[in-house]
Amino acid sequence: MIRLSIPARQILSKLTLPVLIAASFAMLLVGKADTMLAERARVALGDSLAPIYVALSEPLAQARAGVTEIVDLWNMRAENAQLRDENARLRQWQATALALDAENRRLKADLHWVPDPTAAFVTARVVADAGGVYARAVLLALGPNHFIHRGEIALDQSGLVGRVTEVGARTARVLLITDLNSRVPVVLEPSGGHAIMTGTNGPRPRLLYWADGTPPREGERVVTSPEADAFPANLPVGTVRFSATNVPEVQLAAQLDRLEVVRIFDYGLNAMVPPEPTHSEPTRPVAADRLK
Amino acid sequence: MARDEQVPGIRPRPSLGRRLDIMARHSFPATITVLLMLLCGLPFGFADQAVLLPSVTLGAVFFWSLFRPGSLPPPVVFLLGFLLDLLGYLPIGCGILTLLLVHGMARRWRRMLTQQGFIMVWLAFICVGTGASALIWALTSLLSLRVMPIGPALFQAVLTAALYPALAALLIGAHRTIANPERV
Repeated sequence: MIRLSIPARQILSKLTLPVLIAASFAMLLVGKADTMLAERARVALGDSLAPIYVALSEPLAQARAGVTEIVDLWNMRAENAQLRDENARLRQWQATALALDAENRRLKADLHWVPDPTAAFVTARVVADAGGVYARAVLLALGPNHFIHRGEIALDQSGLVGRVTEVGARTARVLLITDLNSRVPVVLEPSGGHAIMTGTNGPRPRLLYWADGTPPREGERVVTSPEADAFPANLPVGTVRFSATNVPEVQLAAQLDRLEVVRIFDYGLNAMVPPEPTHSEPTRPVAADRLK
Repeated sequence: MARDEQVPGIRPRPSLGRRLDIMARHSFPATITVLLMLLCGLPFGFADQAVLLPSVTLGAVFFWSLFRPGSLPPPVVFLLGFLLDLLGYLPIGCGILTLLLVHGMARRWRRMLTQQGFIMVWLAFICVGTGASALIWALTSLLSLRVMPIGPALFQAVLTAALYPALAALLIGAHRTIANPERV
């Protein structure tokens, strides 16, 4: 240690805070100028923390499962009645679906239909919340030799979850479709209208930019559109719900607040991923910008 | 250790174990803050969990800046802010600036606040925490060039204020026992 005189030390200790505050302004500018720097630092930090999160997520998941079980036991009676009701309805639908499936197969055979190739996927565990107060994202733990790339698509068991935006050595970050920066081209069924689903950081993304003739209607199914080559066609997203202020929103099929395991699909759609996506606007489809 | 050298008196020989012990007690505030920050990232599975990280960090930095500023010098606060930016996906510099300002305010009011009871400290922290939440919101909005939703900022301010008593209870306990350098 360098020995300083007491007045010098006092001056130095008084100066530290203002100097550091000035440095933090400099950091603000540097972070804005070079967003890749922050991204690299985050990926490195995520990679080094992932083993801890993986180790701790197992007992946490068990504790959570225990709590859910108690709540489930409590609700069992009501749920049972509801399920019986639903089962009766679903049986009718099953008969319809089987008939339609048979018909579909017959028609496809008549048309010499070329089926879509099945996409390759890997399953990954969600180990941490990688969003912030103003972002919605999750961190996935991967093996050291994974083949996940930016722009690949994440789904849970029932619907679209988001897209991979940052990939590290053993982690990947998935930007959820509820994030403020998320834009997904969608098709409404059965009307066939196109729209853009934009995240609001809230639980339900909004629908924007639909064509004049086909406004979204309550209860319509929302699926992804292959437009702009960012998503494959017909991935289930959710259903249209109108909010209290009469804004069309999407009730998501995926359970984004309880993600435990997601599947990452490689559809080979790399056309829309910029070479160096920035943190503030990660992998936004170009079509969304054009439509603005 | 500075106090040990300055105050005259009889004390045990500064052996390696004792030095390590004193060092551990000095670094306790920063270490426990980092650990709490890392814990906030675990998937507990409740909604809006991301708000937990800035709330806990603000509380811990305010507490230690008030009661143990010697163990939490500005450069350490700077590093904690950087960690907050990285873990909380805030624009780089936003957490650093906020934490440094909170630290500066806590040090300025230190004389006055440490003599008051817990309620006064809490009230002061509610003001500081609300200001800090507003600053984070304003800086994030400014740096991403769009007005961020105000809801999360309000929730963060409320959670920051509400978490402080529990956090302070935990930290006061540690401050008096395992983190106290005079109890070696």
